[in-house]
Amino acid sequence: MAVTAMDVYKLLPKTNCAKCGEASCMAFATKLKDKEIGLEICTQLAANEFDKLADILAPAVREISIGKGAKAMIAGGDEVLYRYELTYYNQTPLVIDISDDMDEAAFDERVKKIEEIQFERTGELLTLDAIALRNKSGDASRFKEAAEKLKNANLALVLCSFDADAMKAALEAVGDERPLIYGATENNIEEMATLALEYDCPVALFVPNDLEKMKELSRTLRAKGITDIVLDPGTYVNAGIGDTLDDFIMIRRLAVEERDEDFRFPIMGVPALTWLNTEEDEVNTAIKEATIATTLINKYADIMIIHGTEIWELIPVLTLRQSIFTDPRKPQAVDAGVYEIGEVNEDSPVALTTNFALTYYTVEGDLKSGNANGYLLVLDTEGRAVDVAVAGGQFNGKAVADLIKESGIEDDVKTRKMVIPGLAAPTSGEIEDDTGWEVVVGPRDSSALADFLKEKV
Amino acid sequence: MDKIAQLLKLLENTDTIELNEFRMDFEELELHLMPAVQQVVGQAQQAAIVKEIMPAEEFKPPIHDYPGEVAEVQLGAGSRKQVFLGGQKALYRFEEPQPNPPVVTFDVFDIPMPGLPRPIREHFEDVMEHPGDWAKKAVKDFGANMVTIHLIGTGPKVMDKTPKEAAADIEEVLQAVDVPLVIGASGDPQKDPVVLEAAAAAAEDERCLLASANLDLDYRKVAKAAVDYNHAVLSWAITDINMQKTLNKYLMKEGLTQNDIVMDPTTCALGYGIEFSIDVMTRTRLAALKGDTDLQMPMSSGTTNAWGSREAWMKKEEWGPTDYRGPIWEIVTGLTLMLCGVDIFMMLHPQSVKMLREIGETFTKEYMTTEVPDISNWVSQLE
Ligand code: SF4
Repeated sequence: MAVTAMDVYKLLPKTNCAKCGEASCMAFATKLKDKEIGLEICTQLAANEFDKLADILAPAVREISIGKGAKAMIAGGDEVLYRYELTYYNQTPLVIDISDDMDEAAFDERVKKIEEIQFERTGELLTLDAIALRNKSGDASRFKEAAEKLKNANLALVLCSFDADAMKAALEAVGDERPLIYGATENNIEEMATLALEYDCPVALFVPNDLEKMKELSRTLRAKGITDIVLDPGTYVNAGIGDTLDDFIMIRRLAVEERDEDFRFPIMGVPALTWLNTEEDEVNTAIKEATIATTLINKYADIMIIHGTEIWELIPVLTLRQSIFTDPRKPQAVDAGVYEIGEVNEDSPVALTTNFALTYYTVEGDLKSGNANGYLLVLDTEGRAVDVAVAGGQFNGKAVADLIKESGIEDDVKTRKMVIPGLAAPTSGEIEDDTGWEVVVGPRDSSALADFLKEKV
Repeated sequence: MDKIAQLLKLLENTDTIELNEFRMDFEELELHLMPAVQQVVGQAQQAAIVKEIMPAEEFKPPIHDYPGEVAEVQLGAGSRKQVFLGGQKALYRFEEPQPNPPVVTFDVFDIPMPGLPRPIREHFEDVMEHPGDWAKKAVKDFGANMVTIHLIGTGPKVMDKTPKEAAADIEEVLQAVDVPLVIGASGDPQKDPVVLEAAAAAAEDERCLLASANLDLDYRKVAKAAVDYNHAVLSWAITDINMQKTLNKYLMKEGLTQNDIVMDPTTCALGYGIEFSIDVMTRTRLAALKGDTDLQMPMSSGTTNAWGSREAWMKKEEWGPTDYRGPIWEIVTGLTLMLCGVDIFMMLHPQSVKMLREIGETFTKEYMTTEVPDISNWVSQLE
């Protein structure tokens, strides 16, 4: 259960000395709880008080950093089971695998591809986060060599081998870069734990479909003083996906609701397993991998290893991740009013859209990339998309008439003609009636709007 | 400072240590630790000593008790096969598997729909002239459990087909297939209730789902048609849980019961606000299980909306072929909402339907009863 400001306040000095810059301890407590300020700002705490507070303020799921410096990424940190309750923290890092037995050219090419994959969406550049090196060769020195090469890559690293000797060899090469050690199993846990401590690296625990054993082994690692653990309960991609979902959900429930210390760690999903003994062709396997990734990212995967690198497979996964991790507490709307695109003058065309942030940025991006010039009227639909606002009644003639008046657009342009979104076609009549403007129904998708403005208006 | 002193110093500021079943305070703990600590060398291992005394805890699956449950809605009767939606008594399968798997219904239209994306058109091009043939192909070739017939042609700005013509289309589809039908209108608030009424009469006692009733049209007429001719109603609200509650209440006042209503909380597509749908659907299902009788109906998703997303259809070299992007967009949209509890999906592409079904089928099975492959060596076995 999430802590309250009161829980936090109780552990503060309650002197209201204001040295933290807040008016009172209670005000400081509220900020602490909302993660808006760091605990160290209050200088009045004894070490034991500090530790206690740090403990209750720790997220339900431990945040674990993998990689260092510019390559660093964070997995975990969630506080709640459902995003509407607060928000989810730290976008699930997406890791692409590579095997250590590839010939040099193919290896380099794959690394380059992983580094370069990107997709721009609503002003944000979506990219991948890390490379998982698999010890497919079974050979320690090859594993080490390949790890050495990845030092030059600009992404964080996951080292995958169940052979402790191979892991040790690779850590000799890249152990100072804080790779994720994958992984400890029932059979090698002692050796892997020793390596994790020696190199001060996070370690993943791989225990397929056996939460009882996972709990036991997590405890074993914790008892050794290891705090940075990632849990992989196995990813099954066919009918077994049901078990995988159950395992993921149970782990997260135990962490969030029961604060079960053995499960308060990020969960790893491995959609890459779709490619293991697949009977389907490449396209279908890639579609299936995206399906598995979707399932797991929705239900608590905090880090995922994926095999496919086709952009059409990754775009939906990247988009889903971006959507799920938006903060529901932040408004998804831009200010209503009139916006200038490109060069404008009194002969410029006028187009209408809604103030839903996603819609606005998409339309704005399309107009700019299409080198369009004109005015964009942005209607306050309470942050709803066009079709939703039309159905919900926020997109109506009267609202548009008010917008025209308040924005003063009639002073800026000579025209009395506006282009409305194709999806708002049903409202064209009422807009004409209420505004006295001529309405032209534009394309359904704003990708065609720039040309439309140039050719038809 | 010797090691014992260091350890005691570490413990000094803590008055109790939480153990799982019992608490002990530090005087006692020191006593227990003394002999062991003498052999300690490194600091990391000191921590180990402290932790080792924690008794191993048993793993207990986190199963909740739910005061409420989701109502079961029957679709299909008379000459139709039967399909059941809902009936969940728990949120997740490890608590209690759901009695009915999620169902997919294929979209079919009463007019040829040249605007459908190519990856879909290519599957149905030959049957688009006749909704009966179209429905038959969806069932025969793609194993549809249900078909949605959209009476788009009745739209005043489309073909303005009369309610009577709409009824004839319904009869054609009823003749062609024996799966249950969802009957959709054109989205015209004035005409839809009349069209749905005529369609409901044509399909009397076949228990179709009339799509839809909402607060912007004469929902009473739609509800009455369902009551009079034995159908269920789709109750559509715009990502607003309170609006949904209100509408459901109104519909129940008109004589419908929980078992005659399916809710459509609105599907925003992937990348176009899907997170709003996630939140509303999650909250709706949680409310149902908590016992809110106004929200205990099964949920529906108009997953077809995904095809409106440019990532699904727009030609763009850097994004790869639309042949793959479209179906994936529909899968990711539908699957995400399936994981929020949605019971019935309206979809377009055969491959999306297949993927969704595969995952949905697992929802009715018990935890750990499926055979799973050995993946213990995936790191080296993966190509
Ligand atoms: S510095 Fe600490 S003690 Fe002083 S007001 Fe802030 S929270 Fe309270």
